Amino acid sequence: MVPISTLHYLVVAAALFVLGVIGVLTRRNVVIVLMSIELILNAVNLNLVAFSRMWGNLHGQVFSIFIVVDAAAEAAVGLGILIAFFRNKETINVDEIDLLKW
Amino acid sequence: MLFLNHIWLIPLFPAFGAAVMFFFGRRMQKAAVSAVCVGAVVVAFAFACFTVVEYTQLAHGTGQPFEKVVYTWLGSGDAHLSFLKRDGTAAQFNADVGFLLDPLSAIWLLFVTGVGMLIHIYSVGYMAHEGGYYRFFGYLNLFMFSMLTLVLANNYVLLFVGWEGVGLCSYLLIGFYFHRKSASDAANKAFIVNRIGDAGFLLGMFTLVWYLGSFRFIDVNAAARSGHFAIGDPILTAAALLLFVGACGKSAQIPLYVWLPDAMEGPTPVSALIHAATMVTAGVYMVARSNAIFVLAPTAMKTVAIIGALTAIFAASIGLVQNDIKRVLAYSTVSQLGYMFLALGVGAFAAGVFHVFTHAFFKALLFLGSGSVIHAMSGEQDMRNMGNLRGRIPTTFKTMFVATLAIAGIPPLAGFFSKDEILWQAWRSAEGGIPYLWLIGFGTALMTAFYMARLIFLTFYGQPRMSHEVEHHIHESPKSMTGPLVVLAICSVCAGWLGVPASLGGSNAFGKFLDPVFAHGASALPAEPQEPAGEEHRGLEWGLMALSVGAAVVGGGWAYHHYARAGKDYPEPIAVAAPSLYAVLFNKWFVDEAYDYAFTGRRKVGDIRLGVMGAGEASSWFDEKIIDGTVNGAGWTTRAVATLSTWWDKWIIDGVGVNGPAILARMISYPTRLLEWGLVQWYALVMVAGLLGFAVYYVWK
Repeated sequence: MVPISTLHYLVVAAALFVLGVIGVLTRRNVVIVLMSIELILNAVNLNLVAFSRMWGNLHGQVFSIFIVVDAAAEAAVGLGILIAFFRNKETINVDEIDLLKW
Repeated sequence: MLFLNHIWLIPLFPAFGAAVMFFFGRRMQKAAVSAVCVGAVVVAFAFACFTVVEYTQLAHGTGQPFEKVVYTWLGSGDAHLSFLKRDGTAAQFNADVGFLLDPLSAIWLLFVTGVGMLIHIYSVGYMAHEGGYYRFFGYLNLFMFSMLTLVLANNYVLLFVGWEGVGLCSYLLIGFYFHRKSASDAANKAFIVNRIGDAGFLLGMFTLVWYLGSFRFIDVNAAARSGHFAIGDPILTAAALLLFVGACGKSAQIPLYVWLPDAMEGPTPVSALIHAATMVTAGVYMVARSNAIFVLAPTAMKTVAIIGALTAIFAASIGLVQNDIKRVLAYSTVSQLGYMFLALGVGAFAAGVFHVFTHAFFKALLFLGSGSVIHAMSGEQDMRNMGNLRGRIPTTFKTMFVATLAIAGIPPLAGFFSKDEILWQAWRSAEGGIPYLWLIGFGTALMTAFYMARLIFLTFYGQPRMSHEVEHHIHESPKSMTGPLVVLAICSVCAGWLGVPASLGGSNAFGKFLDPVFAHGASALPAEPQEPAGEEHRGLEWGLMALSVGAAVVGGGWAYHHYARAGKDYPEPIAVAAPSLYAVLFNKWFVDEAYDYAFTGRRKVGDIRLGVMGAGEASSWFDEKIIDGTVNGAGWTTRAVATLSTWWDKWIIDGVGVNGPAILARMISYPTRLLEWGLVQWYALVMVAGLLGFAVYYVWK
């Protein structure tokens, strides 16, 4: 068996990141978009932790805690925007956000 | 002094006659008309005689002029019309209604009223069967009024009033038979040509008043004789020449004589009075009156003399070949007037005035006699159709014969003395050089004798050439017509005896009478009429007299040879000898045609008029098309430019400059806005794409 190196963690994190980006760009449901944004953030977390292990210090991990807090706040705000959006448009279809359309 | 103080009445008697004719003439009987009008002139003549007698008593030979101002017409009084003279001093513009009697005007007064009276009496008989009797006498009296005003005036302005008045009456009387186009044309011609002269007269008059400060003859003469002005003074020369232009118009000199032959369209008494004895002498009177001015202008005097001499011979040459009896006499008048101006021009003023005096008698007689002939011939005026009348109308014949002798200059009749005095002065004026003026005068005398004798012989001698009906009607004229003829014949014989020169043993009373009028301070004259001729001059004078009498006899004899036995188709000697010369003379040297080409614009080349009128039309065309066209063109150009400018502003500046960028912006914005879908995920995609781009870029680096 191959020993699990930092690279494996980075690949996984990258894969998660790409999935998250695809989710943001493609999904119709606003909630799913928000969840995809969380996924992106978590992928970044994973990346950071992997590098923390690699370098043997705790900088990555500390920063990760910051990002978790940030993600939580952002999720709260995002949900608040979602609720407001729903109250306006009675739908949670992202395609309906087109007031700036020509 | 009774008559002198009422001298202003003299012109008023005929004026009264004219006024009566104007208001009541149409309803009056012929007898009443005659009584009023002829009576007015008879009274005027009598009054004039008494006045002149009183004047001679008053003046005692000093020739002091008598002046009576009746009324201030123009000028001072309350309305001061002051003006600046040439030398800057102020003067008053003053023209009164005033009357001046001195030897010069006394002579004119006497013969104008005298001959006028005789012609009025003659007209009673002549116009007895004509229509418009009262109109004729009204105009004739109006003429007498104007002429007397002219002669008795004491200043140039009143003289000009009379001048214009006689011109008007001439127009009215020439055009008396206004139904005839030729008569009304002739009247127009007379007035218009006269007017040209009047313009010159006015200019001369104003030059004089601007230079000398006054219109009054007494003032003008005093200023001129004061010695203040040099001989040859240019302004006085100009004034004198301008006044002479006026005299040329009125007294029918070259180039303004053309109206006089046509004026024969009027009735014969008119031709006698106006165009022989009185109106045409007005120019001579005016020049004689202005002698003080002319004496200071030798150039003007020379011009007067030369034009007078040329007119004399020119008109005589035309008179040689005319067939109308009155036309011969008309050209004879022009020629004799030329003599008078020749005399004035060489400084022999008294001789010129003397010739006016004698000429009035024999020329009036000739015209009245020709009227008598025409009357006898039932209106025929062409001498080719006359002949052998001397037995049929003896009184007319005898008086006309006397007049012909007088005009030819046969002594001891009147014409001899006056004409010879002029020729003698003309000879002396040459001062030793070639006497051109005397030669011209001598040639004219020869021609005068010839054509006058031709007139007599064709009319009264030879074979009768008229039709039978006319021949039956030939009769002597009534006493009212022959009476004046006889009186004038007596005058033609005797009048000359008033001016018999010293060389022939006479006292020259006429000349002495006129002495004070023509006395001059600064004398630059070539001829001094009063200078007693020395013994050696006597012989020369007699020789010249003999020559001119000889010329008259030769001319008369020549005419006798050719015309005294003239039959039906008699040959004209000049036509036989020199046909082209005859044609030129017969057509009056084509002067009227020349004037037509040059001035009246009656001749055209295609559509373009010739001469002065053509030039006027050309200038008017130029002004209309080219100058106005330029102005219009400028306007049009301005409008066009404005239109262009508007278009430029509207389409180019506003369209392209202002709207262009706006349209450009819109053009760009249309596709550009299509990019904005408002989709959040699209924005996110763009963000990711950008990020990817950065990453790729850094990796490649």
